[in-house]
Amino acid sequence: MRSVDVLIIGGGPAGLAAAIAARKNGAEVLLLEREARLGGILKQCIHDGFGLVRYGEKLSGPEYAGRFIDEFHALQIEALTLTFVTRIEKKQEGFLITAVNREGLEQIHTKALILATGCRERTAKQVSIHGTRPAGVFTAGTAQHFTNLLGLLPTKKCVILGSGDIGLIMARRLTLEGAEVLGVYEAKPTPSGLTRNLHQCLHDFNIPLHLSHTVTRVFGQDRLSAVEIMQVDEGMNPIPGTAQRVECDALILSVGLIPENELAEGLGVVIDPKTKGPLCDAGLMTSVPGVFSCGNALHVNDLVDYVSQSGETAGQNAALYDPHREQTLIPVTAGEGLLYAVPQRLDLQSDNSAVTLYFRSRQNLGRCRLVITADGRELFTRNYPFLRPPEMERLTLDLSDRGLTAETEIKLEIEVMPDV
Amino acid sequence: MNITKLNRRLEKHFGGAVSAQLDEDRILLSGHLATWAEVIEACSMAATKYSRIHVVNDIRCDEVGEQPMRCPSLRDSALEGQHPDVLIIGGGISGASIARELSKWNLDILLVEKEADLALQASGRNDGEVHPGIDLSTGSLKHHYIRRGNEHMETVCRELGVPFHRVGQYVCFEKASLKPMIAMYCRIRKNRDGISDTELISGEELSRREPNLHFAFAISNPSSGCVCPYGLTIAYAENAVQNGARVSLNTAVLGMELKDGNIYSVTTNRGTLYPALVINAAGVFAEDIAAMADDRFFSIHPRRGTNSILDKKAGAYMHAIASIKEVTRNTMHSKGGGILHTVDDNLLVGPDAVETWEKENTETHRESIDTVFRKQTRTMQKLSRGDIITYFTGVRAPTFEEDFIIEMGRKTGNILHCAGIQSPGLTTAPVVALDIEKMAVEYLSRSRQVTPNEQYDPIRPAPPVLREMSDEERAAFIRQNPDYGVIVCRCEEISRGEILDALRSPICVPTVDGVKKRVRPGMGRCQGGFCSPLVTQMIAEFLGVPPEEVRKSSEEAVITYGKTK
Repeated sequence: MRSVDVLIIGGGPAGLAAAIAARKNGAEVLLLEREARLGGILKQCIHDGFGLVRYGEKLSGPEYAGRFIDEFHALQIEALTLTFVTRIEKKQEGFLITAVNREGLEQIHTKALILATGCRERTAKQVSIHGTRPAGVFTAGTAQHFTNLLGLLPTKKCVILGSGDIGLIMARRLTLEGAEVLGVYEAKPTPSGLTRNLHQCLHDFNIPLHLSHTVTRVFGQDRLSAVEIMQVDEGMNPIPGTAQRVECDALILSVGLIPENELAEGLGVVIDPKTKGPLCDAGLMTSVPGVFSCGNALHVNDLVDYVSQSGETAGQNAALYDPHREQTLIPVTAGEGLLYAVPQRLDLQSDNSAVTLYFRSRQNLGRCRLVITADGRELFTRNYPFLRPPEMERLTLDLSDRGLTAETEIKLEIEVMPDV
Repeated sequence: MNITKLNRRLEKHFGGAVSAQLDEDRILLSGHLATWAEVIEACSMAATKYSRIHVVNDIRCDEVGEQPMRCPSLRDSALEGQHPDVLIIGGGISGASIARELSKWNLDILLVEKEADLALQASGRNDGEVHPGIDLSTGSLKHHYIRRGNEHMETVCRELGVPFHRVGQYVCFEKASLKPMIAMYCRIRKNRDGISDTELISGEELSRREPNLHFAFAISNPSSGCVCPYGLTIAYAENAVQNGARVSLNTAVLGMELKDGNIYSVTTNRGTLYPALVINAAGVFAEDIAAMADDRFFSIHPRRGTNSILDKKAGAYMHAIASIKEVTRNTMHSKGGGILHTVDDNLLVGPDAVETWEKENTETHRESIDTVFRKQTRTMQKLSRGDIITYFTGVRAPTFEEDFIIEMGRKTGNILHCAGIQSPGLTTAPVVALDIEKMAVEYLSRSRQVTPNEQYDPIRPAPPVLREMSDEERAAFIRQNPDYGVIVCRCEEISRGEILDALRSPICVPTVDGVKKRVRPGMGRCQGGFCSPLVTQMIAEFLGVPPEEVRKSSEEAVITYGKTK
């Protein structure tokens, strides 16, 4: 049986960055990828805008992934593609991974494990859409797969539900392919996607955005023939009497992403109900020592640049992982005004001189201040001109020598500031 | 049934809008009513539970719109001029099991199904429970078949290579004060009705077996179990085909010609046939088929039910079948279904029961999910809508007498009805099919010699399921065929090899849904988001057609509209 220092599950942007960082920190690394090629979802993201933060360039998804894949190969890291993990067992020392591929079943022992398993899309039934079950109901990612990887047009005239980024990107993409996008409908009173995508994908193509509206039913026996749209109240409940029928041949859904953590859960990793990803410390180690999480499996990111960054953090710490080192974990909690904060805890035994925190506000806010406290004692504040839930915020802090003890609780809170 | 008395009651309730007439051995109701609910009320008034004298509904109703049977667009003459010994109409659990049992004989058997696959209506849209028969009274055909059906299910599933899990069922009660009454009920069922294994268990015992169920006490029915209902239907049909029967999908019966009290010819969209015997297993359309055969002595009133499918993670909450039971004025209510742990480790929650005039409307409604969850969260508090991955609606096909009809035609000679099949029709199908086999062979033997099929093999070689194998077994399969090592559906862990097996199976349905029904890609929590493009591509390669020609289900269920720019 072969044995490695760091095994990474998932060859998307998080896994690639993790593998590279782990290798650079001296670890023997193996990456397992279930698809035929490395790159993850970036393979089908042929639009640009990737790498603005990291490279100051607007790259396409495949170009962005290509840079990491080149480095991955230059470092002579091994990847097994078309390889699917069926089982992970925790051993006295490390983990035993069982994976299946065309060669058969392979067992690999690893000291540290990085879960870079990405996320999946929420489906029609998970947002309570009723009616028939025709062809023509696609998640945006599936529509993107058909369009960009297979070169097949999934619709001629569609409605998009959800103003998440993939939905906006697909509105433009399908329009460019000659399909008619009748409108983007969003149940929330505010858009879910990045502002730049609202401009570049909808406004520039005269595609209307209808806020506080949702799709409640689909019609059509064989292929979708129409959808029912209703206005919703603040609680996102459809308002009776507002139903309208829109004739189209497809419903494309961009109604949220769910981190994929079935493997993590199988290992007993504690999941944060807010992020739906593992509870982690600043080194992105989960509640199971030796298991690390990064990318969209950790929490859904807005930019791939941050996905890569979390991969690097996980990769470096997995390479340096010492199972015999003690931990002193203290909680980092997100206050009411925040959707979540990552990491959810801090290990006082590790180097906390550059802790990267990620958070999202719960709602659209004007001028406000982020206040980080330790048992009520102010550690850090930053003013923001505005905060929007679709845009993830990131900051890096030095939390060493700040008088933190094993009993300390760190809290992130948002204070709304009066308008000037 | 005293017809004068009935007419007096109808007069009182509907002010002369409806009247009944005893016509030969059926009660014919005619008149005009505004709502379907009133039609159901009137017919139920006229019906006697389990009676062989059936209510036939001829009441005009304002609510009932046009509902032509959905028919395949296909038109050809593939079946033109054929003279099958037996023509089975309907590819549900009844038709498929009958075809398989009849394939023991040297007969030309043709099963026709109007849909693009088997088990697309009620047989594929139920919860798959194998019932214990606790709620059935003696004197009904349902009761006559239920115990034998329950027992025989094990043999049949073994022969056909279909998983059957005898998980047991718990009927749960909140009030301890009901215990003496329920104890008596159980004793009667046990001693009089032959439900020998039913027993009362304490709340503590229930919680010991199922830690998420908390009740005062429960009826335990260990013989209860579950199968995959469409899996069983497909397996039956495949075994029938292996033994020489023929299955023609996308084939709808459009009309019949009668001669001397017998069906002379049957017209379909694929040609006109001249069968010796017709078996009516047409589900919600059984009444329409009977009418075509001039043998309409019963009516079907469709009743829809919706089930939710929960993520396999929720499967760990409970391993059996359970439902809270409420008792008011000594009547037990079962509306709102139950919770069932399936053979694939999901939980099913439902179904509800709603009367409808629409035979083929399988739309789901938010209210159904509300109703079922309102009740079933009382069975198990841990139940959460957040775990729903999908939901589906099926339409049951009961008669007003709420019993099966398994008999030769009353007016027409060469038709055998297998109608009014609803719950527990899945449980009883294996033994009903054996009886129908006998009746059919007896009928055909009058005019010809019917000899046993010496080549008959009851064993269906089930395709391998890699995820359930030991590592050694799985490795051996992959060595033989590396495609078994390539996972296409990540949620359900389905390999390329298994998908190709489905495409090479005896009844190949090369559509995304056809593959899904056979080997489960797309059944998981992402609902095909990741694998449907891959499966589409695989089907295209298998058929040697461009991928835009691959369909989700029927010919009109287009997935993509051709190449991009």
